[in-house]
Amino acid sequence: MLIRVRKASEVKPSEITARRVYEARRNFLKIATGAALSAAGVSLFGVPAAHAGTKLSNLGKSRYSTTEPVNSLQDITSYNNFYEFGVEKEEPAQMAKNFVTTPWSIAVEGEVAKPAVYQLEDFIKPHALEERIYRLRCVEAWSMVIPWVGIPLADIIKRLQPTSKAKYVEFVTLHDPARMPGQKRSVLPWPYREGLRMDEAMHPLAILAVGLYGEVLPNQNGAPIRLVVPWKYGFKNIKSIVKLRFVEQQPATTWAVQGPREYGFFANVNPDVDHPRWTQSKERRIGEFLKRKTLKFNGYEEEVASLYAGMDLAKFY
Amino acid sequence: MAIKFDVARYGKPVLFIVCLLPLLWLAYKAFFMGLGANPIEKISRYTGDWTLRLLLITLAVTPLRILAGVSLVKYRRMLGLFTFFYVCLHFFNWLVIDNFFDVDSMLKDVIKHPYVTVGFAAFVLLIPLAVTSTNAMIKRLGKNWKRLHQAVYAIALLGVVHYLWLVKADNREPLIYVAILVALLGVRVWDQTRRKVALRSARAVAT
Repeated sequence: MLIRVRKASEVKPSEITARRVYEARRNFLKIATGAALSAAGVSLFGVPAAHAGTKLSNLGKSRYSTTEPVNSLQDITSYNNFYEFGVEKEEPAQMAKNFVTTPWSIAVEGEVAKPAVYQLEDFIKPHALEERIYRLRCVEAWSMVIPWVGIPLADIIKRLQPTSKAKYVEFVTLHDPARMPGQKRSVLPWPYREGLRMDEAMHPLAILAVGLYGEVLPNQNGAPIRLVVPWKYGFKNIKSIVKLRFVEQQPATTWAVQGPREYGFFANVNPDVDHPRWTQSKERRIGEFLKRKTLKFNGYEEEVASLYAGMDLAKFY
Repeated sequence: MAIKFDVARYGKPVLFIVCLLPLLWLAYKAFFMGLGANPIEKISRYTGDWTLRLLLITLAVTPLRILAGVSLVKYRRMLGLFTFFYVCLHFFNWLVIDNFFDVDSMLKDVIKHPYVTVGFAAFVLLIPLAVTSTNAMIKRLGKNWKRLHQAVYAIALLGVVHYLWLVKADNREPLIYVAILVALLGVRVWDQTRRKVALRSARAVAT
């Protein structure tokens, strides 16, 4: 029989801090230091702490921006689908008010030269910020025009050096029900996941947005960093990203898991392929009275149609 | 001296005003606070919610009598007509404001999309009930009046299904409506079975 004799110097099991306790403690420290530093207007990296309303300067213009009238900041920040902060459109603005996004780290995993965890500042710093005024078409048949500030996703991916095995990139939202109260109910299978085929991710229209209206991204719009792929339905534009994983197989994406008959992996805006329960041929632009016709690929057909040449878009919806 | 509320005299006028309050609140919000980024959707949701609530309240009159012995049957017609009033607001918001008489696309909507189909059917079926709600019509239809108005059970079912089928992922709220409807109908079924049993045993004793 084996009897374990404890050395005097050994830590007793009762003295080990329970995982739950130390995680809570760490979280508290993270939030407390983050809040203290951002209150002082600094971050760990000496650049201004990112909170909504902070002006972003030296923004480049882009030829991809639309010249259509832009929706008001009020509309863009008060009508949000962000189930992590409640299922009603007005809820995220309220529920995300105290969401602390500093510090924020992003894990890069999978088929990539150097898997690593980056602080958000380091992740963004090598790139110039651009303004991109894009149409956003929600799968619920409403749309807006939004002046994002972001970085071309292609530039970031090139820097991360995915291997030749990387065929898709998967994005994951933060999963922390204490900070994202909507996750306390299993309305969707948390954490939210999205994905793009590599050629889609490398398309110049795809950006990671960190700002809106020339200022740091408001919490309810997916702070501190979110995807924007304007030719796809809104739900592809995953918010509050904490992980990028380069993978060989097509990743399972949240809405396609939730309702595979209604939401697909590609989710390209397409007036000819209806949602099984409502039409996608028209949309209401927020602020307008009459509905307008929905455009194929949300009006970005010229730029992106070649990505899907030969594909049956009714089948790969 | 206690001031007594004359229910017989003021009951109906008070209920009338109470039933108008949701609409007045919506109008107040529209004028003074705005209805948010998508007011048309807001009006649709709001009037739809109140249609279902009033419909369930109307259907609660009988269970309330069975369970608590409180008869509000003389208010039931007004509750039913207010249900119809809110469904009309809901329907005309869809017809006029949401689609601006785009009949072609609305017809497609009714035919192709089951949640619209059932909602539209519920609305159409409510029309004859509203039309036959007058005393003269009750008299004229006799026994058939009751038969006709039993359609309200089917209408209620269509109404809650309409709501259940339109939500994207979070079906908690529509399921609450379903549960209430099932409970209200359950009380009726339970009561009728109980009565049948009582009647049978009474007959058995008599013979």
